[in-house]
Amino acid sequence: MGTIVAWILIRDRFPGQGVVNAIIDLPFALPTIVAGLTLLALYGPKGPVGVNIAFSRTAILLALLFVTLPFVIRTVQPVLLELDREMEEAAASLGAGPIRTFRHIIFPNLFPAILSGVALAFARAIGEFGSVVLISGNLPFKTEVASVYIFGRIESGDPASAAAVSVLILVITFVVLLGIGALRRWATRHDRA
Amino acid sequence: MAIVARSITKRFGEFIALDDASIEVPSGSLTALLGPSGSGKSTLLRVIAGLERPESGTVELDGVDVTRLVPQKRGVGFVFQHYAAFKHMTVRENVAFGLKVRKRPRPEIRGRVDELLELVQIAGWADHYPAQLSGGQRQRMALARALAVEPKVLLLDEPFGALDARVRKDLRAWLRRLHDEMHVTTIFVTHDQEEAMELADQIVLMNQGRIEQAGGPRELYEEPANEFVMGFVGPVNRFGESYVRPHDLELLSDANGHTTPGKIERVIHLGFEVRVELLLEDGRDMWAQVTRDEAERLELAPGGSVHVRPRRTKVFEPA
Amino acid sequence: MHRWGLRLVGLSYLLVVLAAPVGLVFYRAFEHGLGPAWDAVTTPEAKHAFYLTVLIAAIAVPANTIFGVICALAIVRQRFPGKGVMNALVDLPLALSPVVVGLAFLLLYARTGWFGSWLTDHGIQVVFALPGMILVTIFVSLPFVVREVVPVLREIGTEQEQAAATLGASGWQTFRRVTFPAIRWAIAYGVVLTTARALGEFGAVSVISGHIVGKTETLTLHVEAQYQQFDYTGAYAASVVLAMIAIATLVAMTLFKPKEEVR
Repeated sequence: MGTIVAWILIRDRFPGQGVVNAIIDLPFALPTIVAGLTLLALYGPKGPVGVNIAFSRTAILLALLFVTLPFVIRTVQPVLLELDREMEEAAASLGAGPIRTFRHIIFPNLFPAILSGVALAFARAIGEFGSVVLISGNLPFKTEVASVYIFGRIESGDPASAAAVSVLILVITFVVLLGIGALRRWATRHDRA
Repeated sequence: MAIVARSITKRFGEFIALDDASIEVPSGSLTALLGPSGSGKSTLLRVIAGLERPESGTVELDGVDVTRLVPQKRGVGFVFQHYAAFKHMTVRENVAFGLKVRKRPRPEIRGRVDELLELVQIAGWADHYPAQLSGGQRQRMALARALAVEPKVLLLDEPFGALDARVRKDLRAWLRRLHDEMHVTTIFVTHDQEEAMELADQIVLMNQGRIEQAGGPRELYEEPANEFVMGFVGPVNRFGESYVRPHDLELLSDANGHTTPGKIERVIHLGFEVRVELLLEDGRDMWAQVTRDEAERLELAPGGSVHVRPRRTKVFEPA
Repeated sequence: MHRWGLRLVGLSYLLVVLAAPVGLVFYRAFEHGLGPAWDAVTTPEAKHAFYLTVLIAAIAVPANTIFGVICALAIVRQRFPGKGVMNALVDLPLALSPVVVGLAFLLLYARTGWFGSWLTDHGIQVVFALPGMILVTIFVSLPFVVREVVPVLREIGTEQEQAAATLGASGWQTFRRVTFPAIRWAIAYGVVLTTARALGEFGAVSVISGHIVGKTETLTLHVEAQYQQFDYTGAYAASVVLAMIAIATLVAMTLFKPKEEVR
């Protein structure tokens, strides 16, 4: 989705584009607790849309989508802006249609930026607390995320367990980020060679 | 394949890039689109390739109207000034791209790519990335890539513009040899008149979106259609209502009826030729080009006086 | 044709995930009228929470700005062992869960913590008190100024500064007259981001504050507290205050945003 939004912001022209571009940063500017509250208001019980996903995993997913929204968009935008259009023209002159051009020319050059965005989004999502704590209901074994669990352990006066789980998610984050970093280095080998 | 562009007009917003431009390119020829920046030469090339759509006019390739046809289907090979290399692919993959699009069998692709890499002399770099190649090598790769699909016409947009002078000269000669071997109709864009004169069978000189003159190099030099052409294709002096080439300005020690007196301001020795800057009696300044021997014979020196007689002049009627 | 398809998909996604929820906060806050909303936001607890939030930000933001500029200068212009590590460390707050941050500070500064015993002996209370909250806020909002200034510093290069030196300018003069004007918009943008983060911090502050109403409750904590006590108007009203700050932040971000533009 991030790639699609970045695409329509850079390659397309429509009225209100500037406003759309500005509100992308809303999840950065809005306190997480407010974000959680608003999602609850809209998609929870008594919400106008008539959907109730409170205390469900969908709710958690929605909250995480909200807070990680800007990451891929913002890493892809500058790359898309700088992309050499002549490569696409060359591909056309050689007979490639738009889909082929996207798959073989545009996407490989966007991929590293997408990966960077994914890494940032992952780190953020795995530690997210404020937006999740209200809407998820914190049902153990069902909708309790790591950060909420850690919080619970601290409040219960059990910092040791809290620390243990913290270390675990730190290690996982570290490993995943290393992996994404390595993937990114492989994808940009042509630049360094 | 013969190319005919008729009455092409192309606008970018308020700016008129091409103004009712028409050219004819005979099959198998090497044609140069020459002109200053903004003359519309790249635009015309891109219209022929299908990378731009003209507001009006038609493009015919071998008699077939392709004006509405997308570039993918025109069978043109295009080479860009800044190579447009697929930087995330190896040299081999770059050259093979067009063939893969056409779904040729793998052994055929491999063979053809090897053949082309040999032809453009970068065979040893096949598995490297474009970033590792020099500018000249990258451009040769781009050429190989365009030739791989056997285009009916080769279009080059200032192909040597991004390279330095030495490499440019080498590639120029090399392109001419390639053309003589392959006989593909070729059009290239350049702002360098020397390059156009050296390479082309036909030069199309453009200015501000219009075609000023089209013809062989000799024709443009000897029989320019107007002052612009004359001034662009070679150095020129203004002599009253007429125009004279510096090497057609004869210098004499004594007056001779048809001569004008003048004072020598500077004498610049450029190897074999000598450039003499003059101030004529009536206040006009011009410069003459003489050989080293002539300069010696006349004992030309700053401050001296000579008599000037134009040998061949051109006068242009207002169009 | 596929252009409209992409637009529809992209924009509906943004609507569902982003725009609609925020719009609703405003609606809910003023659902029962302006009066109750205003009352909810001017209770002593709410006012204190607001004051506390602003106070913490007023300390954290300048601290991080000064540190950020110095740090950026060091990273880009100096060579020293461990530079790479420092660079990575600066980014650390972005990767850590706020709860983990709070936990770390708790463990360090609580009575039984590493620094805690020394501090308690000297009568300094860090956790469950203002100092702890300030520390934690500084930590989470640390990276922004550095990250915005570093690329700009890299890009402008050292030539102008070298020219100033050859013309006789001292280090401070060079900074004031040559370097600073070049980076001031990057700093401004970094300050906006830092402020937004400092004002909106929830998780880390929640852990370290102890939730003492009227003493260690920031506005964000106040929102949660009101919600848990079923004072929905109160929660939404406080959220509106925060949301308006967020929108002001967005405007400031758009104004100061460095080069990449939407054409």
